[in-house]
Amino acid sequence: MDLRRPNRPVIGPKVRQVGFVTPDSAAATSSSSIPAVSAAAATSAGSPPSSLSPVMIPPPRHPSTEMSNPHFHPVGSYNPSEQILGSPPALSPSRSSRFDADGSDFGGDDDESVALSGVGGGMTPKSSLLMRQPVTKTAPLVSETHKRDSNVSKGKGDGPSAAPKEKLTKAERRATQEAQRAAKAAAKEAAAAGGAPSVSKQPKPATKPATQQKKDVPSGSGPLQPLAPSGSIEKKQGKKEVAAPHPRMQFDDMTKVGKLKKRAVVNQSEARNRVELFRHLPQYEHGTQLPDLELKFFQLDLIHPSVYQVGLQFLSDKISGGNARCIAMLLAFKEVIQDYTTPPEKTLTRDLGAKVGSCVSFLIECRPLSVSMGNAIRFLKNRISSLPHNLSDKEAKSRLQSDIDRFINEKIIIASKAIVEHGVSKIRDGDVLLTYGSPSVVESIFAYAHGIKKNFRVVVVDSRPKHEGQGLLRRLVERGIHCTYTHLNAVSYVMHEVTRVFLGASSVLSNGTVYSRVGTACVAMVAHAFRVPVLVCCEAYKFHERVQLDSICSNELGDPDAISKVSGRKNLNYLDGWAQNENIQLLNLKYDATPSDYVSVLVTEQGMLPPTSVPVIIREYGIERLWT
Amino acid sequence: MPDVSDFILKLQRRRIEGSHATARQTAELLRSVVSQTRMPYTNQAAALLDAVRAVGEQLIAANPVELAVGNIVRRVLHIIREEDLSSSAVSFEGLMISEKSDDEDDADHKGGPVLSAAAVAAAARSTLRPRSLQTLLEDGPLPAAPSKSSSAGDSEGKSKSDKSAVGKRLKHSVIEAINLLIEEIDDCYEDISEQAVEHIHQNEVILTLGRSKTVKEFLYAAKQKNRSFRVFVAEGAPRYQGHVLAKELIQKGLETTVITDSAIFAMISRVNMVIVGAHAIMANGGVIAPVGMNMLALAAQRHAVPFVVVAGSHKLCPLYPHNPEVLLNELKSPSDLIDFGEFSDCMDFGAHGGAPLMHVVNPTFDYVPPNLVSLFITDTGGHNAAHMYKLIADYYSADDLVIKRKSTSSN
Repeated sequence: MDLRRPNRPVIGPKVRQVGFVTPDSAAATSSSSIPAVSAAAATSAGSPPSSLSPVMIPPPRHPSTEMSNPHFHPVGSYNPSEQILGSPPALSPSRSSRFDADGSDFGGDDDESVALSGVGGGMTPKSSLLMRQPVTKTAPLVSETHKRDSNVSKGKGDGPSAAPKEKLTKAERRATQEAQRAAKAAAKEAAAAGGAPSVSKQPKPATKPATQQKKDVPSGSGPLQPLAPSGSIEKKQGKKEVAAPHPRMQFDDMTKVGKLKKRAVVNQSEARNRVELFRHLPQYEHGTQLPDLELKFFQLDLIHPSVYQVGLQFLSDKISGGNARCIAMLLAFKEVIQDYTTPPEKTLTRDLGAKVGSCVSFLIECRPLSVSMGNAIRFLKNRISSLPHNLSDKEAKSRLQSDIDRFINEKIIIASKAIVEHGVSKIRDGDVLLTYGSPSVVESIFAYAHGIKKNFRVVVVDSRPKHEGQGLLRRLVERGIHCTYTHLNAVSYVMHEVTRVFLGASSVLSNGTVYSRVGTACVAMVAHAFRVPVLVCCEAYKFHERVQLDSICSNELGDPDAISKVSGRKNLNYLDGWAQNENIQLLNLKYDATPSDYVSVLVTEQGMLPPTSVPVIIREYGIERLWT
Repeated sequence: MPDVSDFILKLQRRRIEGSHATARQTAELLRSVVSQTRMPYTNQAAALLDAVRAVGEQLIAANPVELAVGNIVRRVLHIIREEDLSSSAVSFEGLMISEKSDDEDDADHKGGPVLSAAAVAAAARSTLRPRSLQTLLEDGPLPAAPSKSSSAGDSEGKSKSDKSAVGKRLKHSVIEAINLLIEEIDDCYEDISEQAVEHIHQNEVILTLGRSKTVKEFLYAAKQKNRSFRVFVAEGAPRYQGHVLAKELIQKGLETTVITDSAIFAMISRVNMVIVGAHAIMANGGVIAPVGMNMLALAAQRHAVPFVVVAGSHKLCPLYPHNPEVLLNELKSPSDLIDFGEFSDCMDFGAHGGAPLMHVVNPTFDYVPPNLVSLFITDTGGHNAAHMYKLIADYYSADDLVIKRKSTSSN
């Protein structure tokens, strides 16, 4: 670690790129000799202190081969210590393309990367090895020892910082100064030349396509997919962990909506009489898109038919529920990958990523993505971009397909089995269990508990307009479980007899908020008021680092006509022709946010957790597991 | 009496909906009962009380959940007691007023005698009504005068001088007072909505659930005073009366948003005030209200939104609730919730040893405990939940609460 710091000023720009906030980066400002660098370091120091400590970022993907020949380290890899090593222009062919992609991600940083590589080239293999050791640092230590340079072997792991400082020899100090001078010189040269010699030329041409792609995907990815993956996630992994989630598309931003419309495949017309509070959410006339899209079925060559089919099913609500939608989407993507051939002069990683991106934006047009789908897409894109470049198309495709299968299997199917096992342990004989809507995991918990001859009764609470509980009710009754069915308003009537409340979730956000089918919050609230424990069952892949306090900032709007018509009650037609009147609006919310204090326990495959542990799961497990 | 059995049948079959209609018709029925009662020479008030009580018992038994019936019966009993007291007071002072007509129809009775009786009654009320410790103490030492519970004996003893005149007078004054009661029931909307401007300010966002005529008039009144505000209407499944209310509101130009009941929690954070109607207000300040209200009240409490209940005085019930969610509730047909055709196989009583696997619960009412209610607005003004018992005590005689219950249960 001691070795690392003196070089720090030199690699300043990369600090910003990586986004790690370690105390030494703050300290680096003081010793930095390049103004630009100090600015960069300052920005990184300004980012939240909650970021991961260096311990958290062992290089997962770099095998020991790199250790043996550190000169071949890619400059742009996400690990900060590797960047220090900035490999000389002679990059190995397989790495060079990754370097391109990385450089493009951070468009303006090209120049600095040149300077960097110049300096880093002078490093010894030994130092590189040591620098990648995970190290914890404290701020005072950093400031004191920032001049130490080559005193590597002793400094590493040494406790008190004062002692090593005294040991610095003149020669060492001189070496540091020289290194800094060299860095300065290189930076100047780079700045003067604009895009100086061999290395800088490589990234530049690559910049455009990749950035375009990057822009493309998030803007199209709608309100529920804030972390739209770009083609090069993997290199920004560290950054992602720290950076705030991508802001969602706001549909009251007219210019953005206009842009979106131009690109849109689905022809949607804005719904009438919209609710003022929800201007920022998309709301379209229902029933208009479907026939239109069906007509287009044979014209849309861009969209793969299986994706198209899934999109239509989303649009017509044939597939609903977080898991079902996610699985349908992933299977469709699997087919897309199956039928994919890399066009000439393109690389699979980038082109397939773009293709998946366009499929995703089509799906978003059909219906905003759920968080679970967003996470699954993130996973897939990450897998695509992390494919080794020397793989043949066939291998790459089969690898991706098996990745998708693995995701479905591990994150959804096995996860729900684990949840079932956890959940069943909370069912005792004689319990009266209440559930709301039709959560698939909860249903399997009930089924399993019934299968192992637990004696319990289920209260199914349902609500308008979708009446999903009726399907659950039918399935449970067919299994022979005693059920009571009622509507949401009567929940305080039935809550007296209930001993446990099992709820599903569309997503669990990092502040513990449970984002779920609208009405879930009401049920949880009433249960809380009646002192009934609330168990929220949710797979960990639905966790998201976003936070939300209310149900208004981010939500999904359904068809307002579904409110004016009451199914099965034909004589209820008071609101027919409501759209003619300016004064009336019908609001059909799809989700709501349950405050975390209503949730007694979260049942996930990681175990049963309090809602306050969600950020822990997201940080410690979620991201690493998703990305690998 | 044909009217009575007719009305009982209607109540039993739940043909009369809404506490306002029930209250009004009960009052009208009792008025005709009073007018048809044959008055004995002695103990006339007791005779009236018995007649009314007998009918009232049947009415209450016909629909025990409709508390307005019991309220009106008790009000009428209270009226009889008061009129009896005041008339005996009048006769005591020798203010004998001869009646010209003693026909049963009350419609042509107006003017002097009755009004003066009412005035005297009001005066008597002021001395009789407050059952404070002081009045109790003052009543105690009175030598011969029994307490008001034995008002029948009172009248017997004191009105010997001119029994028939007093009897007619009593009946007429009772009928007149019942007319006033009916008027009060009809006018409660106006009295309540007059207060609307004091509670609704410009740009307010108001949430209501289901449909209540009182709420509607309340909002109309505020709109008429040129307040512009926005109303969220939760539709109130399974009756969806919110749709009707929304339609009525937009006709008056109010900006209305219909939301599903499930979105109540999502939207309550953007609401300034919750205004709802009630089915009945219990003596402890708890509210029997359409189903879903407890959920709404809890959500309002969570977000510190004022929860205001508007209700006419005929909805004030002198009883204290015990397990009101069950005892003061009514379960309706499952057909409101599910399609029988679709689920008929699940509700087969033959299978599974006689008990079907599936039950459908469709309650009508919810109980909102008093601590969730921020304010009651009745036709006498705004009241705190803790004050309701006192307000209610003004309308009813303490004797009627217990006696009625006893006789109802014994029958």
